[in-house]
Amino acid sequence: MVKVGDEVKVGSVIGEASGFVSVPVHASISGKVTAVGRFPHPLGGEQQAVVIEGDGEDVWHESVQPRANADSLTPKDIVDIVRDAGIVGLGGAAFPTHVKLSPPDSKPIDTVILNGAECEPWLTADHRLMLERPGEVLEGLRLIMRALGCERGFVGIESNKPDAVAAMKAAVPQGAGIRVVMLQVKYPQGAEKQLIDALARRQVPAGGLPMDVGVVVQNVGTALAVYEAVVKGVPLIRRVVTITGTPVESPTNFMPRIGTPVKSLVEQAGGFKDDVSKVVSGGPMMGMTQFTTDVPVIKGTSGMLFLGPSDIDTRPPDPCIRCGHCVHACPMKLLPTTIEKYVMVEDIERAVEIGLNDCIECGSCAYVCPSHRRLVHQFKFGKYLAWELKKKADAAEKEKSN
Amino acid sequence: MSEHHFIVSSSPHVRQNTSIQRVMFGVVIALVPAVVGSVYFYGLRALLLILLSCLAALITEGLIQRARGVPVTIGDGSALVTGILLAFNVPPGVPWWMPVVGSVFAIAIGKQVFGGVGYNPLNPALLGRAFLLASWPVQMTTAWIPSRGGTLSGISLEGVDVVTQATPLAVMRKVTEIIADPNSTTHQIVQAREVLAELSSSESIANLFTGQVGGCIGETSAVLLLIGASYLMFKHYIEWRIPGTYMATVAVLTWVFGGPSGLFTGNALFHILAGGLILGAFYMATDMVTSPVSPKGMIIFGVGCGVLTSIIRLVGGYPEGVSYSILLMNVATPLIDRHTRPKKFGEVGKSG
Repeated sequence: MVKVGDEVKVGSVIGEASGFVSVPVHASISGKVTAVGRFPHPLGGEQQAVVIEGDGEDVWHESVQPRANADSLTPKDIVDIVRDAGIVGLGGAAFPTHVKLSPPDSKPIDTVILNGAECEPWLTADHRLMLERPGEVLEGLRLIMRALGCERGFVGIESNKPDAVAAMKAAVPQGAGIRVVMLQVKYPQGAEKQLIDALARRQVPAGGLPMDVGVVVQNVGTALAVYEAVVKGVPLIRRVVTITGTPVESPTNFMPRIGTPVKSLVEQAGGFKDDVSKVVSGGPMMGMTQFTTDVPVIKGTSGMLFLGPSDIDTRPPDPCIRCGHCVHACPMKLLPTTIEKYVMVEDIERAVEIGLNDCIECGSCAYVCPSHRRLVHQFKFGKYLAWELKKKADAAEKEKSN
Repeated sequence: MSEHHFIVSSSPHVRQNTSIQRVMFGVVIALVPAVVGSVYFYGLRALLLILLSCLAALITEGLIQRARGVPVTIGDGSALVTGILLAFNVPPGVPWWMPVVGSVFAIAIGKQVFGGVGYNPLNPALLGRAFLLASWPVQMTTAWIPSRGGTLSGISLEGVDVVTQATPLAVMRKVTEIIADPNSTTHQIVQAREVLAELSSSESIANLFTGQVGGCIGETSAVLLLIGASYLMFKHYIEWRIPGTYMATVAVLTWVFGGPSGLFTGNALFHILAGGLILGAFYMATDMVTSPVSPKGMIIFGVGCGVLTSIIRLVGGYPEGVSYSILLMNVATPLIDRHTRPKKFGEVGKSG
């Protein structure tokens, strides 16, 4: 889309969507493109990226204009705006939002849940957002509800954030069909399926999606992005990012432009006061470790967690003593110890049969394991093997039908 | 700081501060009240037997691990727990070498042969006890010592000639047999009924509760064992399902079938407090390695133990059946686990 030497403005499209389940990328600052190539990416390895040297002017693209007619938009208009604004789920998975807003006709949606449960400990991005921008977040929720043509909205917030509950409750407009609900503090309350169970009292079938039970879940940050895109015409160029962890001088929530190097946010937070052993994109339970702080903030970056030597546990695994703590901890009601045993002998068929692919990798089992077994690691490995097996089986199937 | 030496690993990146060692020493702490009680009831001899048993367990574990060329993990506390539990399961009057032999067998054959902690299919301490019972049945069933300030049976048997000195369960068994036996003389039956009434008296029950009776070293005092068990429950190292269903099953079956005068005349409280049920239900049936992991499996396991214990006590060849019941259910554990997989979140259709 762009080449070295091009001038870009805030909101210029610099990367186009390649299919239905993808979205465009916009320049988040104005300036000159100095490089297009492969750079370290928070999800591992290197990815195609555009480097823009800022001109300090912050000139906005002419397409960024507030919409006066926001109230008269059709659902289709809203979905199109959301797609063109490059909005993805800001909870962490970064799944394109317009896809969730375009369910097939066979799956009518009657409930939208706004996730304010903060998926992980340490992260406070959603909490801050609900305190500081409750009105806009709720407007975003109403737009999402309009896009889906449904009347019922929930905002789920864990009970350890009473100030956020109060702020959101106070901001709910009369007759909007929105209820702010206080949830039990319990990891992983912010996981989609657990949230739907807690609020709408519906269990998403194993292997199914929330839309199968008529529900769409969105993160509070996503709702704000929808509001900004639809009402103010601003594409997704910034998000809330928590910079935290014991080695960080003063842990802070920032609202940086997408693409800001993590390193410079750390400097803004006062730098490090202690040694850093691990850099985690996301939270401590599910986040991905980074090998460098030269990675940028991407749309799915909810936080960067820095852990010192005393925070991490490098004890080697001991034999499983079948204590069953993992079974108790599993929010998906699986038998982590048994699945692990099957994965370790590479009996993937059995592992899948008893729920390997239902694992949400929340990390609860590995957290409580007295033998420090690398349960999640094994499950990720097992899922990869399962995926390979399936690919092979599909190929064989194709071969046969030819 | 060194920018380029970050650890890269799979999530989660934090863990609860727990370990096998912590869990095992939790069990040791829970057993301390009963250890102190055994020394009070049976003298320093009890302490000596417990120490010898532990020492034998630790040395055996260490030597075998060294011979196998694997890391020596005698510090993890699991061999210590086996040592204490084995000593708890022998009469206080046995010769000193007996718990030693039992512990060596428990660790060597019961545990290390299978690969050490986590891999043993049977509870090592109970296997050791079964080995001793099969090898030296006389000492293992007669080397009782009356507890300090109490009697062997928990009641006074003066002037009663139908039963010899024995533990409460053995006395109960004997008098029930006499009453049921058509060849018993009237005198015998009258005496037996007196003894039975004595056994069921509140005084006898109180003795069973505090531990003022004869029995294996660690099994007699229900109250001290329960103090430790509540600590284990509080720490979430054990939970109610296995001990709860185990004791409830024994209570119901002994109440229904355990009485000498027909159905529903048995003394359930006596059967719960006498013998090794409390020790077995809270400390040995709950052994993590050898019991099911799923909640439903735990209930089946507990009920199974209860049924077997009741059958052995009421119609089997021994007055006590706790250890064999648990061992038999240990064998069934893999089968139970396979058939009690919990229903997955969102699983629909046929039940899992």
